[in-house]
Parts: sequence; structure tokens; C-alpha cells
Amino acid sequence: MFVPIAYYLVLSAILFSIGVAAFLIKRNIITVFMSIELMLNAVNLTFVAFAHQWHQVSGQIFVFFVMVVAAAEAAVGLAIIIAIFRTRNTLNVDQMNLMKL
Amino acid sequence: MYLVIFFIFGALCIGGALNLLLQRHPINSALSLIVVMTSLAVLYLLLGAEFLAAAQVIVYSGAIMVLFTFVIMLLNAGEEERTRGSRAAYLVGFPGVAALLGLLTCIFLSVRTPLGNAQLGGGTLVTTADLSRVLFRDLLLPFEVTSVLILVAILGAVALARKES
Repeated sequence: MFVPIAYYLVLSAILFSIGVAAFLIKRNIITVFMSIELMLNAVNLTFVAFAHQWHQVSGQIFVFFVMVVAAAEAAVGLAIIIAIFRTRNTLNVDQMNLMKL
Repeated sequence: MYLVIFFIFGALCIGGALNLLLQRHPINSALSLIVVMTSLAVLYLLLGAEFLAAAQVIVYSGAIMVLFTFVIMLLNAGEEERTRGSRAAYLVGFPGVAALLGLLTCIFLSVRTPLGNAQLGGGTLVTTADLSRVLFRDLLLPFEVTSVLILVAILGAVALARKES
């Protein structure tokens, strides 16, 4: 009853594709940001699966650094979203076409 | 047994991700993303990554998703407006995504035997001690650099979200 590594890789491919699809069709900027987090999680699963396969710790170190960077990115990204909402009063990505606040 | 647990939590992952895609209210998407991340933590445990499973629950479904729900409630984000997205996203994006998924699935399933199986026990569990030995001895400089990165991110978040006086 062992699980093939390939199943984990297929699962992470499915999650990544759902993340890309959500990134493309969602119109709320917070949901778009959440689908980026979903893609990061899918890649993390690949890293852990390969780390298990090769009996290497470095794959898990990569995941640790991805988590740290994702936390920093979420803080800055949500701050930018708050700043945009304050000036534009909308969260729709179609109405955000200027980099200027 | 492992296969059963894998399929249960893998199905939970995919269901949560699809729910994120289909729900129109951002708070529902955020809650389904928490389901995805918590089930991924169980899958990490199945792969013998105990520290990462704990970190996934604490950092991702704890800290990051609380931040997301907090922002959603703060901005009072309502139902998503139904506007037409770009045509390129529908014409090129979806076939591209489907092709990518099909290609990856074919490749992974065709090399299923050489990739081998995942099994717990027999020294495959990576303990926190193993992880920290590498992290704090061989990779001490990158670790310290990430702490500087987090400091910069905190300062940036405060500077960006501050009210203009």
C-alpha cells in the first residue's frame, strides 16, 4: 500500500493548473492573490515529494524558504491592496490600469 | 492505508481548490484555501516532513490566511463583479492550462516506476533536528538574509498601508 511519488506530482500539477485558471478568470484582486498562494503551495508539494524520493533534506529547506518569502510577499501585497482600495475604492482588477496610486 | 489517506486528503485539496475557483465571494475562497493548505500539511506528514507540516499549519493556514481574511473583512469586499475578462485569457489561457496539465500528467504517469514509491519508516522521516542541522550550519547566511527580508517587508507594509497625512 505504498503511494507512488508520481501521484503526488500529478496532484501538485492539478493544484497548479487550478491556480493558473483561477488567476486568469478571477476579477477580485484578493482572490487573484490567493490563487498565487495556491500555485506556491502546489510547487511546495513537488519539492517535498522529490526531497522524499532522493532522501535529501535540501528540498525541504527550499520549501522553508518559499514559506518565508510567501509570508513576506503576502504582507507587502495586502498592504498594496489596502493602499489601492483607499484611493480607487474598488477591488476589481479591470479598473486598475495605472501604477500610480 | 497510506493510499487511502492520500486519496482522501488529495480529494480534499482538489475540492478546496475548485471551490476557490467557483465561489464568487472572496471570504468563501479564503476559507476553501485554508482547507487546501491544511490537507497539504497532512500530505507533508505522509511524505515524512514533520517540521514542514507544522510550519504549513502555523505559517500558511495560521498567519497568512488570517491576514487574508482580515483584509477581506477590513475592506468589506463584497461579491465579485461580473465583468468580462480579457479575451486572451479565455482563448489562450484555458487551452494552455489544459495542455500543461495533460502534458505533466502524461510525463509523470509514464515515469511512475522509476520514480518509486513513498513510504514511511526505515529512516525516511526527516526530523526537525536534521533540518535545523543543515539550516543553521550550512545555510546560516541565507537564513540570516531572509530575516533581513522579513524586516524589510514589515517596514514596507507599514509604509504602504499608512494613511497619507
